[in-house]
Amino acid sequence: MQLIELKDIYKTYYIGELAIPALRGITLDIAQGELVALMGASGSGKSTLMNILGCLDHPTSGEYWLDGREVSRLSADERAFVRNQKVGFVFQNFNLLPRTSALDNVMLPLAYSAEHLPDRDARQRAVEILERVGLGDRFHHEPSQLSGGQQQRVAIARALINRPSILFADEPTGNLDSHTSEEVLRMFQQLNEEQGITVILVTHDANIARHARRIIHISDGVIDNGAMSGHPQSEAAKAGGAK
Amino acid sequence: MKAYRTTQTALRALRRNPMRATLTTLGIIIGVAAVIAMMEIGSGSSAAIEKTIASMGANNLMIHPGTASSGGVSFGAGSVMTLTPEDSEAVGKECPAIRSVTSVVRVRTQVVYGSKNWVPLFIYGVDPAYLDVRDWTNMAEGETFTDRDVRNANKVCLLGQTLVRELFESKSPIGKEVRIKNVAFRVTGVLSAKGANMMGMDQDDIVLAPWTAIKYRVAGTSASTVNQSSASSSTSSGVNSLNKLYPSSGASLYPVPSETQAADTPQPVRFTNVDEILAAARSTADIPAAIKQITDLLRQRHRIHPGEPEDFSIRDMTEMAKALTSTTGLMTNLLLCVALISLVVGGVGIMNIMLVSVTERTHEIGLRMAVGAQARDILRQFLVEAVVLCLIGGALGILLGHGGSYLVKLFLHWPIKTSPGAIIAAVLVSASVGIIFGYYPAWKASRLDPIEALRYE
Repeated sequence: MQLIELKDIYKTYYIGELAIPALRGITLDIAQGELVALMGASGSGKSTLMNILGCLDHPTSGEYWLDGREVSRLSADERAFVRNQKVGFVFQNFNLLPRTSALDNVMLPLAYSAEHLPDRDARQRAVEILERVGLGDRFHHEPSQLSGGQQQRVAIARALINRPSILFADEPTGNLDSHTSEEVLRMFQQLNEEQGITVILVTHDANIARHARRIIHISDGVIDNGAMSGHPQSEAAKAGGAK
Repeated sequence: MKAYRTTQTALRALRRNPMRATLTTLGIIIGVAAVIAMMEIGSGSSAAIEKTIASMGANNLMIHPGTASSGGVSFGAGSVMTLTPEDSEAVGKECPAIRSVTSVVRVRTQVVYGSKNWVPLFIYGVDPAYLDVRDWTNMAEGETFTDRDVRNANKVCLLGQTLVRELFESKSPIGKEVRIKNVAFRVTGVLSAKGANMMGMDQDDIVLAPWTAIKYRVAGTSASTVNQSSASSSTSSGVNSLNKLYPSSGASLYPVPSETQAADTPQPVRFTNVDEILAAARSTADIPAAIKQITDLLRQRHRIHPGEPEDFSIRDMTEMAKALTSTTGLMTNLLLCVALISLVVGGVGIMNIMLVSVTERTHEIGLRMAVGAQARDILRQFLVEAVVLCLIGGALGILLGHGGSYLVKLFLHWPIKTSPGAIIAAVLVSASVGIIFGYYPAWKASRLDPIEALRYE
């Protein structure tokens, strides 16, 4: 079974009377354990698609099956719950809370899900994840004391704390130099291969998309290619990544 | 657990920006401090004013014997003798609205010391409780007499300032003996100055003695007799030792009855009466209840059937009581207004800063929503932040306000009165200010769209 199934998704924004279509009939499958790049120029609708995939927004029409559940018609609070349980986000500008230690930043999602979890266990889990992303010695550093790469790794740790099945990375390397970008991308690949987490990289940069095993191109609100998993395109992308 | 987490989150968020938290709290601190200081200084002043007016006798109740009438001719107040010292005791014991009560026996006669003499306006035979009834307990000098002096009809007395001036030329009279209608009374104390009463009568022109001593040794009857020479000797000759020294009233006009004659014509046994019972109600508000209780008690004690007129009358100081009530009411309302205004100002300050804070932290809100915070989580967090700020501000404000009013007491010697009610109210009000003025910003925060909040720069 597919982890993500989109069926004929439309998203239209309204500015007054003016209708602006952002997505025009997206149909898409993503299987568990894939590493997918969602590529498109700015204004192509890739951010809108990511927002819908990440349950931040709901489509105007169409069906969205996430992990066997239709989520396109959920209320805002139900979507918040799905985000908390199934989805992790990594943003371009890290979005860490300022003046808050790395550990507390990582524990942030637990405040909304794991009420039953005692403080010590929550801490333990955060410590383990921070160690896994290679920040074992930076627990009590605040974001301002960390480099960009370290901050992004804290953000990844935060995205992983609820053991999500999907990780969305929205231009995760946009604020990083090429060397740290490479490190961060390798971390995504590692997470994907070792733990089977589905990773969706949203980017406009073909060099970054090349790290994915499958590339979905989107422009003007429709998918150019790469819509179905197992599509030859993904093999091509893989080949491209290997170049 | 959820509440604990939320509080923790809120506290952490506050700690991240201590400057903003401090500024926000400052409004509430000043508001609550103003309220507490105002309440303490105000209620202190109010209590002082109340006490001053009360010391003029605003809470006093005067119980007089009733009117005798015969053939349609009324003889006026006090013309029958119906009040007894036992009535007075019973009023003190059985009327809960009465703070203290005293019997009063009045005489009007000359007081002599050495070569000086003076006829005081008031010579009162009373219980020691009289001073409490009149709010006159702080003595200028010496001490008051006791219940034991009353029981033994001891010849001791207290002098008012005017008598000290007139008889002793302002020297200390303690331990000296003055003669009241030729009975020697030892002065044990001097009353503090009280000045004129509302009718302009000099209240310091007074001698107080145990009512038994006045009744049995001086007055003989309760009839006032200014002229010492016309005083009847029949009752006082037995006890008045000075009569032997000054035999002015020695000449008896009538033949003294022999014991046999006295036995043959038994006099009806007359109960001891007092001229007036003076009582003090616990507070101005208690006066109506006190009047009711005394009326019921005395009707029962005097065996007056329902429908029959009372053989006593009770008067209160309505005019003064009214002044007292309106003054206190005015003070309270004034304080309440000031308090409310400062709290509202503090609350608006909180709302302003919370609104700014929501805008400033849009990004944070977006992030929290992205990682799974529901609208009510955000609402709760901001609300808890506001309430925590208000409670901390309230606590600091109480300390500051209390300290401030204490300083006022220390340096300006204004009376202050700590009121636990005001403190509780301040805590409750600051919490509700936090909820009321924190709700709108919190609600605004919870309604943000996560996508736009994340994109917000």
